[in-house]
Amino acid sequence: MRTAFVVLGAALAVAACDQRMINQPKDKPYGTSQLFPDNRVAQAPPQGTVARDQVFWSWQTSQRPAMTEALLARGRERYDAFCSPCHARTGDGDGMIVQRGMPRPPSFYSERLREAPDRHILQVITEGYGAMYSYASRVPPDDRWAIAAYIRALQFSRNAHVADLSDEVRQQLQENTR
Amino acid sequence: MTQVFSPSADTWLRLLAGLGAVAVAGVLLVAGGIVRSDYVTGVGVVPRQPVPFSHEHHVGGLGIDCRYCHTSVEVAANAGFPPTHTCMSCHSQIWTGAPMLAPVRESLATDTALRWERVARVPDFVYFDHHVHIAKGVGCVTCHGRVDKMPLLARAEPFQMQWCLDCHRDPAPNLRPSEEVFDMAWSPQGDREALAERLMSENHVQTAHLTDCYTCHR
Ligand code: HEC
Ligand code: HEC
Ligand code: HEC
Ligand code: HEC
Ligand code: HEC
Ligand code: HEC
Repeated sequence: MRTAFVVLGAALAVAACDQRMINQPKDKPYGTSQLFPDNRVAQAPPQGTVARDQVFWSWQTSQRPAMTEALLARGRERYDAFCSPCHARTGDGDGMIVQRGMPRPPSFYSERLREAPDRHILQVITEGYGAMYSYASRVPPDDRWAIAAYIRALQFSRNAHVADLSDEVRQQLQENTR
Repeated sequence: MTQVFSPSADTWLRLLAGLGAVAVAGVLLVAGGIVRSDYVTGVGVVPRQPVPFSHEHHVGGLGIDCRYCHTSVEVAANAGFPPTHTCMSCHSQIWTGAPMLAPVRESLATDTALRWERVARVPDFVYFDHHVHIAKGVGCVTCHGRVDKMPLLARAEPFQMQWCLDCHRDPAPNLRPSEEVFDMAWSPQGDREALAERLMSENHVQTAHLTDCYTCHR
């Protein structure tokens, strides 16, 4: 009889663990915590915090990566995700959000933006520009370069002269249009 | 000696035993049903959010990419909720006076984050990681359903162990090309099996430890 009670007691004790396992006394990113005044686990970094990768990012921002197909593909993907809602996939500046009342950004095909250096695009993404917010927290430096490269490719696509193309590409073009 | 059992006792015994068996089976069936029911798994439950944010409008209507708001989904365990700054990158200019958006503006003014009620959640003893699933080609829609058709978000799948395991035992048919992961409406064209096989090797999907307890309980 006594063993039966011990076993029953143990079983009950184990059963009681269940809730503790589902909601463990540990802090997960979106949980609440008494440790901080606003009762949140996720805290903003204190003023003046320098990110561990800050030096690397600064270096990355200063280094223009070589233009490759992979860079353009990455740039296109990132551009479509983060820029196209306003600038449109074409870069004309009449994206969906603009059609719903956002101020219209300038077209990337304007004379001024075609002449602007890559650095300007990087700076706009990093710091924002007028009505456009900064995208620094969502687009890391290497992706900023990729997007800049893709915008260059977009601009080139409407202002290319056949004479600027390499022999190989020109030949392909002639065959395709024949 | 008098008879202890009446002549009908045997019949009663059989009847009771039969009823008992039916009752046990019934309880098991009902319990099984309850455990798998939407009531217990939370499928379809719409919590009260501080702002009635609509994925139907923003994703389905405006075509905004998941990553515009859930930015860390490709690189971290957590997909992340958008900070107020992300909402304001549009709503500083449009719908600026809408009473519906008052909590968003207040959040910006007082520098306190909005507190969203969680919809998709697993217990603390389960480890889940978005980035591996995205990298290997599991689409958001496979686990979260057609969020682009949800005016208010609700859980689409039960998120029980069996549901995870159903896929982990044979992930191949659930994979898609990596450029289609964020597409809600993608459906495979052509030979499904050949595609599954190609994606398994292209994405280097490792099935060896996918059903080991320590993969999800660590
Ligand atoms: C929410 C809408 C929105 C999104 C998303 C957006 N922009 Fe803009 N962008 C604007 C607006 C509006 C302007 C015009 C700002 C002004 O002149 O006040 C602008 C202007 C620009 C300019 C021109 C600056 C100049 O010199 O005139 C560039 C370059 C630019 N954006 C690049 C980008 C890139 C790259 C992205 C993606 C990372 C992006 N934008 C995402 C709205 C947006
Ligand atoms: C404009 C910003 C925005 C976009 C774009 C967006 N979401 Fe969300 N998402 C949110 C916000 C805000 C919440 C929290 C409120 C809620 O649950 O409705 C959320 C919540 C969720 C949740 C529930 C998480 C939880 O545990 O509560 C899932 C799942 C989700 N989003 C999936 C997606 C998917 C998949 C896409 C792309 C198809 C997407 N979201 C695009 C802003 C966005
Ligand atoms: C990329 C731009 C963009 C972002 C980012 C964005 N919204 Fe919106 N939002 C819109 C537009 C455009 C509308 C108007 C919808 C329409 O006209 O169909 C809208 C409408 C709304 C509405 C009005 C009701 C509705 O669904 O039509 C609410 C509420 C709202 N947004 C909340 C939010 C919240 C909260 C966030 C941040 C998580 C957010 N939005 C981020 C563009 C955006
Ligand atoms: C293999 C299934 C699966 C896939 C694929 C998936 N999710 Fe999730 N998602 C989950 C689970 C499980 C949770 C609950 C995680 C937890 O409680 O920690 C979750 C939670 C979330 C949350 C809540 C907050 C957070 O940071 O975890 C958001 C937002 C979200 N998912 C968005 C997305 C988006 C966007 C995609 C597509 C890019 C996606 N999910 C793909 C299973 C999945
Ligand atoms: C639709 C298919 C699918 C579903 C549903 C799914 N997974 Fe996965 N999961 C995968 C694939 C594919 C991988 C990648 C395997 C690999 O190659 O490492 C993976 C990997 C994982 C890993 C990482 C394994 C490692 O080696 O680090 C964890 C943890 C995990 N899943 C947990 C879960 C949990 C928990 C759930 C349920 C809430 C779940 N998964 C639901 C397909 C799925
Ligand atoms: C693919 C991920 C995955 C693997 C592998 C896995 N589990 Fe689970 N397990 C889960 C999830 C998710 C839950 C939470 C279910 C819920 O919330 O209802 C869970 C819950 C449980 C529970 C709590 C009871 C319950 O159902 O709620 C036990 C016990 C458990 N798992 C044991 C195991 C054992 C033993 C193994 C190895 C044979 C294992 N698990 C392997 C994902 C997994």
